[in-house]
Amino acid sequence: MEQKTLVLGVIGSDVHAVGNRILDFAFTQAGFKVINIGVLATQEEFIHAAIETNADVLLVSSLYGHGEMDCRGLREKCQETGIGNILMYVGGNLVIGKQDFESVRERFLDMGFNRVYPPGTMPESPIADLRRDLGI
Amino acid sequence: MQAVLLIDFGSTYTKVTIVDLAREEIIGTAQAGTTIETNIMDGLKAALTQIPEPLEGWNFVRKLACSSAAGGLKMIASGLVKELTAEAARRAALGAGARVLQVFSYELTTQDLDKIISSQPDILLLAGGTDGGNKEVLLKNAEMLSRLTIRLPVVIAGNKVVSEQAADILRKQHDPVVVSENVMPELGVLSVESARLAIRDVFFTHIIKAKGLDKAEEFLERIMMPTPAAVLSAAELLAQGHGSERGMGEMMIVDVGGATTDVHSIAKGDPSKPSVMLKGLPEPFAKRSVEGDLGMRYSSEALVETAGRRLFNYLGWTDDKVAYQLGLCKEDPWRIPQTQDETKFDVAMGRMAVSLAVDRHVGTLEVVYTPFGATYVQHGKDLTQLPVVIGTGGVLLYHPDASEILRGAVFNPEEPTILKPQKAHFYLDKEYILAAMGLLREVAPQVALRMMKKYVIKL
Repeated sequence: MEQKTLVLGVIGSDVHAVGNRILDFAFTQAGFKVINIGVLATQEEFIHAAIETNADVLLVSSLYGHGEMDCRGLREKCQETGIGNILMYVGGNLVIGKQDFESVRERFLDMGFNRVYPPGTMPESPIADLRRDLGI
Repeated sequence: MQAVLLIDFGSTYTKVTIVDLAREEIIGTAQAGTTIETNIMDGLKAALTQIPEPLEGWNFVRKLACSSAAGGLKMIASGLVKELTAEAARRAALGAGARVLQVFSYELTTQDLDKIISSQPDILLLAGGTDGGNKEVLLKNAEMLSRLTIRLPVVIAGNKVVSEQAADILRKQHDPVVVSENVMPELGVLSVESARLAIRDVFFTHIIKAKGLDKAEEFLERIMMPTPAAVLSAAELLAQGHGSERGMGEMMIVDVGGATTDVHSIAKGDPSKPSVMLKGLPEPFAKRSVEGDLGMRYSSEALVETAGRRLFNYLGWTDDKVAYQLGLCKEDPWRIPQTQDETKFDVAMGRMAVSLAVDRHVGTLEVVYTPFGATYVQHGKDLTQLPVVIGTGGVLLYHPDASEILRGAVFNPEEPTILKPQKAHFYLDKEYILAAMGLLREVAPQVALRMMKKYVIKL
């Protein structure tokens, strides 16, 4: 069984480093090869990292409420650079204020994300989804 | 007397340095025009005869040379993503002392192949994919390159999983094809040493002969490396020391030439202030950058254009006066300043070349505003705390005011995001021996180090 590669990072002008470390640890423990590009990651950095490492998934975190602005156009850029079919997961505090999460999920699915996770998600649930989506 | 003969076959001058090994002294230095069209030995002999021979004749225990003659080591690098493996490949080639003619990213096209043919590189460096990462690009580019109608040496420094396979494809057309370690084994990890050694190996097994420099090898032992690699090697030795002999610590060497300005930094360049985040590809500890548009003679026009208002403000001259002086430089690349104005112009041009080349060499600091306040992001090396800047190259050696030119390397408070040295001491390679000492390092590193410490003088 070939090890699957994930690109993990915190998108935009977001400097939340602790959760990023925890996710790195959790996904590595779960048997994935984690390419952690850290905080303050731009869309281009996600894409470039995925191209060079032949990654299977982009795992995008956003904790500071600007996730919607930062994530817009990511799928289109992937398509443009030849990795249009890559899996994209996103999670964290994606928007500000008390918004209904279902509408948030809709918005991110429309942007081309495959899975969208609400605040407080434990790593186990995306790990289980990854296994399902990647057929492992 | 045990003498060592050290030769630098430059693009224009052949420079010889004779060293007394036991006394650790320079016996003599001389230069004569490089004679690549006829026989490379003519220029060497012409330089050598300028140094008075001792009565008992020369007793050279070693004869070593480096070369940037016949266009230097010309390379084309290719990688996958421009900012990642293509950039890593470019840095590996620069570190090996090459002139990088072009860098390609993603899959090579037929137009790219045409460019390769027309620019006639000496070596191709092929990278792409981290180890275990993207495999297609290396294989496809190998396939593409095997369609070239010319035969070239190729160094492969890409995804290790498919490197051998790519080599087999390339060997149908090219020779030699050498596999080195990946320039980027993991994402964001730069590993250029193996590729550098492979390039150097190909240089002295194949390129020397192809350039007709092997005529000199009957007289010499060996042309060891390209001249810029010798300078970088000398810089590493001088910075880091050898055994019990201490080095000078982290440093920068600025070499202002007629066509290019080279900057070498031997420094880690970690952030000097707390809570600064590092972004981008890590830089090599021994980093070399080459600015093809910043030179005193062949590239003087480009330099005036790039410096723009900065040059005019520095000189306080009219456009016409600058244009007139620039004309003189272009007319005669060998010109040594005759008048006060010419000297002033040369100093100003040198100062601009140093300033701009160091601007591009050092890292930058960027302020990122987050909901939690301002955060600093650093790209490249923070050299603000660097203690030593050494100048070398014609313009610095022949001008009375080398520090005035070197001051261009210093931090400018008006551009606080460019991380140039803030309080460095200036030194001058007065005898122009750095390349020679890089060669001497190969056989007597302690001596080379002590001699540099003696002959590189503080300004």
